[in-house]
Amino acid sequence: MSLRDASFFALIAVLIVGTGFIQSWNTALLIVNMGLISAIMALGVNIQWGYAGLFNVGIMGFVALGGLASVIVTMPPTTEAWAVGGLRVIGGLLLGAATIVAAILTYSRMRAGRARNITMLVILIGGFFLFREVYDPAVVAIEKVNPAGTGYLGGLGLPVLLAWPVGGVLAAGAAWIIGKTALGLRSDYLAIATLGIAEIVIAVLKNEDWLSRGVKNVVGLPRPVPYEIDLQNTPEFVERVTNWGFDPTTASSIYVKLSYSVLFTIVLVILLWLAQKAWNSPWGRMMRAIRDNEVAAEAMGKDVTARHLQVFILGSAVCGVAGAMMTTLDGQLTPGTYQPLRYTFLIWVMVIVGGSGNNFGAVLGGFLVWFLWVQVEPIGLALMQLITAGMADGYWLKKHLLDSAAHMRLLTMGLVLLLVLRFSPRGLIPEK
Amino acid sequence: MDFLNALVAFLNFVLVPGTAYGAQLALGALGVTLIYGILRFSNFAHGDTMAFGTMFVILITWGLQGLGVSFGPLPTALLALPFGILVCAAFLLITDRFVYRFYRRERVKPVVFVMVSLGVMFIMNGLTRFIIGPGDQRFADGERFIIRARDFKEMTGLNEGLAIKTTQGITLVTAIIVVAVLFWFLNKTRTGKSMRAFSDNEDLALLSGINPERVVMITWLIVAALATVAGTLYGLDKSFKPFTYFQLLLPIFAAAIVGGLGNPLGAIAGGFVIAFSEVTVTYAFKKVAGYVLPDALAPSGLAQLLSTDYKFAVSFVILIIVLLFRPTGLFKGQSV
Repeated sequence: MSLRDASFFALIAVLIVGTGFIQSWNTALLIVNMGLISAIMALGVNIQWGYAGLFNVGIMGFVALGGLASVIVTMPPTTEAWAVGGLRVIGGLLLGAATIVAAILTYSRMRAGRARNITMLVILIGGFFLFREVYDPAVVAIEKVNPAGTGYLGGLGLPVLLAWPVGGVLAAGAAWIIGKTALGLRSDYLAIATLGIAEIVIAVLKNEDWLSRGVKNVVGLPRPVPYEIDLQNTPEFVERVTNWGFDPTTASSIYVKLSYSVLFTIVLVILLWLAQKAWNSPWGRMMRAIRDNEVAAEAMGKDVTARHLQVFILGSAVCGVAGAMMTTLDGQLTPGTYQPLRYTFLIWVMVIVGGSGNNFGAVLGGFLVWFLWVQVEPIGLALMQLITAGMADGYWLKKHLLDSAAHMRLLTMGLVLLLVLRFSPRGLIPEK
Repeated sequence: MDFLNALVAFLNFVLVPGTAYGAQLALGALGVTLIYGILRFSNFAHGDTMAFGTMFVILITWGLQGLGVSFGPLPTALLALPFGILVCAAFLLITDRFVYRFYRRERVKPVVFVMVSLGVMFIMNGLTRFIIGPGDQRFADGERFIIRARDFKEMTGLNEGLAIKTTQGITLVTAIIVVAVLFWFLNKTRTGKSMRAFSDNEDLALLSGINPERVVMITWLIVAALATVAGTLYGLDKSFKPFTYFQLLLPIFAAAIVGGLGNPLGAIAGGFVIAFSEVTVTYAFKKVAGYVLPDALAPSGLAQLLSTDYKFAVSFVILIIVLLFRPTGLFKGQSV
């Protein structure tokens, strides 16, 4: 890392410490924690875009799947719901999957012609109705079990930290399905396919109440760190922080956030180390060769589509891990809050601003852009107050401008993205 | 009689809304496909261009309503439409001058263009939310129905009513006019022909003295018109919400790709294919089946294939099927 790169990271540190002194240490640590998660997401996107030139605009979907994983892994199972329909739902889903596999097999095994088309139609339509026949009653039964409190299958009740790799695995599975269909086609097609899958994942999370309670949200997810209230009730903790001259309430919340920061930093360091290893390995050189000239790489005997699939799955898995971590941090899964502008396009801004093709750049972009995203709102409000200072109170324009200050964020992000693309397309820390 | 009732129910709930929605998607897809054909990239800002143009139509409509101007039985928004198009066109031309032109000269890869369009999308989305807010806006006025369900029942004596909203009628008529003018322009005028030449083979077009900047400028003007018209019609028919317009991106792209990117005729066909599939798959056929089938066979449930919330899944599945089996679309499109 050169002196220039290091100074960028120092700048981030200064910004965050400054936030700590000017606003509050709680805010600063919030920015750090989400910054760490954003950095991991940006790392995942950089693996796809920087290493292989794959354009994925469905990050939101993979992040949400990670969130789903943390519900499925950590929440206690709803035994009653399992009794009334758990196995039946799973049986229905397996039937659905079997239908699709049967259709694919028919397509590849039978000779082209009318017989094949008719067989496929019969399998697909018959399979669909069979699936609905098995699946629908089970869903109704599960959702009837205490709808206000549970109304879903619950999870496995396993340790929280296990949810993070599982989130990666879920996202990788979805990426495999997308990659199998859309890779090998033109670059924009992958973009549109991923855009679609992200919307569908969110639609499933919002509507399949048996799975994750839909828009009723799953709250109170178990945490890998102690609860603030428990800390405040622990005499040793209170005694120690009071000796250091802190208020126990503030100290407990800072302690919890710091614990998260430590956990997230460990994950980030591991992933970053792995990503760097991969980048500098023969595999990484091969990926860049494919990215820079597919035809030449193919002539050298490289299977371009298979390598693309591989890197697409890896990058999506990293996003899934980040998604699971984020849901753990929030302590709840709220499908209604997943917005493509926030979870897909903002991550893209991070990668481009930081420097595509450079893992440290992606991490830097994750922190810097997240910091901007958080701070633009108060800055925008202050700016609007300055602009409207001369206007009379109650003047419609003044009210409108003040109310709309929150939307400055999108504008700023677009401007940052366009300026970086235009004047420094290789980002702050360019690829070496 | 039962058969007629079933038919009317089908017309009322599937065919009429599907046609209006299809026309709206077709206009949107035409814009996407034109940009793809001439400028050679997938414009992710298109949904927000629609929202941006529609926003000005709404603002001007409100202004006109405030002045007491109305268009009789037709929505005032139609009077505001030309002004909305002008503002949208001006914004697109400014964007092209300050953003896209640089990359065109650099001859960057298409994917960089897509990324630039993401930046433009952010800015347009931000501006729209900044000016009009992220909430729902209704701006339809004038007569609400061409045929009311009750009148139709009295007229025909059927149990089922057929309602056709004014906005649906306007959508179809406007779409037909716009498409007719567009095809006349592309096929008969000198400028239109030069655009098609530029789309088919850029090098040959440049050799024969076609001015690329002029072609690009006219493309943006047409795209502004198409996007604003599509957005206004959608907003009149349903309602205006910036986020919904962003989400329209998926069915619009699906329509353009299904028809074959770069092929205007394909975009129209694709729009209707997507719209009808979406409406048919998410409509509960209980009523229709109840009329046609004997009582013993009548469905006990709603007979709905997919819940309405999964309408994105429909366009997505069609998109994937077409990509797998006919990557250039139903009508032959371009591939870069």
